[in-house]
Amino acid sequence: MHPAYSVIIFTTMSGAGFGLLAWLAALALLGRIEATPALGIAGLGLAFALIVAGLVSSTAHLGRPERAWRAFSQWHTSWLSREGVLAVATFVPAGSLALCWTFTGARGAFFSAAAVLAIALAVASVYATGMIYQSLTTIRAWAHPLVAPIYVAVAAATGGTLTLFVLRTFGDVPYGVAEASILFSLLAAILKYAYWQGIDTEARTHTAGDATGLSRFGTVRVLDPPHTQANFVMREMGYTVARKHAKTLRVIALSLGFALPTVLTAVSLAAPTPGALLLAGLAVVSMAIGILTERWLFFAEAQHVVMLFYGAQRA
Amino acid sequence: MTALPSSTGQKLGLVIDLDTCVGCQACATSCKEWNTGGYSAPLTDTDPYGADPDGAWLNRVHSYDVGEGATSRTVHFPRSCLHCETPACVTVCPTGASYKRASDGIVLVNPDTCIGCKLCSWACPYGAREYDYTDGIMKKCTLCVDRIYNEHLPPEDRVPACVRACPTGARHFGDLGDEDSDVSRLVRERGGYDLLPEMGYKPVNKYLPPRPRRDATTTACSAPGEAVAASNGSAIEKLFAFADKILSR
Repeated sequence: MHPAYSVIIFTTMSGAGFGLLAWLAALALLGRIEATPALGIAGLGLAFALIVAGLVSSTAHLGRPERAWRAFSQWHTSWLSREGVLAVATFVPAGSLALCWTFTGARGAFFSAAAVLAIALAVASVYATGMIYQSLTTIRAWAHPLVAPIYVAVAAATGGTLTLFVLRTFGDVPYGVAEASILFSLLAAILKYAYWQGIDTEARTHTAGDATGLSRFGTVRVLDPPHTQANFVMREMGYTVARKHAKTLRVIALSLGFALPTVLTAVSLAAPTPGALLLAGLAVVSMAIGILTERWLFFAEAQHVVMLFYGAQRA
Repeated sequence: MTALPSSTGQKLGLVIDLDTCVGCQACATSCKEWNTGGYSAPLTDTDPYGADPDGAWLNRVHSYDVGEGATSRTVHFPRSCLHCETPACVTVCPTGASYKRASDGIVLVNPDTCIGCKLCSWACPYGAREYDYTDGIMKKCTLCVDRIYNEHLPPEDRVPACVRACPTGARHFGDLGDEDSDVSRLVRERGGYDLLPEMGYKPVNKYLPPRPRRDATTTACSAPGEAVAASNGSAIEKLFAFADKILSR
């Protein structure tokens, strides 16, 4: 599948933003952090900025971005529509939470309810993003049952790393936050590894003979293509650039996306404050590069069943 | 609406005969010609006469080499939207621009509400949808919805352009939901089949397999000699035999 850069940026940024929102809301709800106005503006502000920037980036993928509002209508069948509705709906409790947090400092039932709803909708939004891909049975590597859980786990991992960076800028990180962040990073890495094992060993059941129905006469080979130049279907569904580097890119994704941030976070626990902030910043940068690589690979490695008509023997 | 109709009144579709298709591309070009001015207009081309021509087409004709050695065969394979009964291209659409008509089962894209997200093309196993980069929306076969009900056309032209253009009669149009229709009978008699049935999209369009070979590889080679007509011994027959002998020298 052709990696759509706007979609890669969207899923990475919005995922991290929803993750950060959920982390801050959860920590405030549990009383692990103090809901100060500065933290509210910086932390929740950063989360909102990431979510909105991601959503805006996703509209760059559209042929008619001015009609994007129509995508909120078909939530009863379409995961893409559900994702849009949930993402926008998240802003209702998240906005309420931010207002309470920043301006009133009130910590009553309303604050708690807003925090719980914001967490639930943030998780649901990221899950819906994953389901856009997982629901496509035409792409074997995307129809894998770990796809949507990985989107949620990666959002939790990136959100955790961002949370540590935000908390570091305001001082110390409460006990347990870094440890929890590391746990989510490890969980995401394990799920991703299991996913790669899964798609590498899974049987490729569809053949060119099935696609054309001509297997009864023997092997089906392309004699003449239907067009002289690549068309939309071949460019969009037949992308193969750098697939041969998949192994190397997987190592980069795992090491920069999860391993290095985990090490940096662990070291930062022992480092003095200015050094710890630098390490937390480096962890964010490393994770961003790693996750962007992982998302790019998610597209580049995915093979679409339609390529059976264009000479692929199995899909 | 992207919810699929529980049943459609008719199941209009195509039956494509892979035995008689000669791969002439007439269906593809006539499709392009009609539809670039029809429901899906425009079907934009870029650099059409240059080094890297590109464009949205709703019908593509592949040619395959099938089988091994002397028994292999060339099969021309037209590919377009199959107007599936349970098409995921419709249900994934976030705007409702993609829809399946409850009256006749035709799958269409509303060009006024499509946002060009391309998700429907990802959901189609048959590569039936082509994005128009210039128009910014998705294009697909309309089963010539603007011909088949068009009373401004003479009755013989009220079929999809590809069917009308096919010089070998390899394309048939009709109601595949009606067991007594010509197309349904054809599918029964010739063993018409679905593409990728295991995907579960339930295509309406059917393909007829090539017939068994009837050539030197399947029958003993016996070029018939010239049959000698039996003579009744009359004078005139003897004259003809004599003339034949002289002329054969």
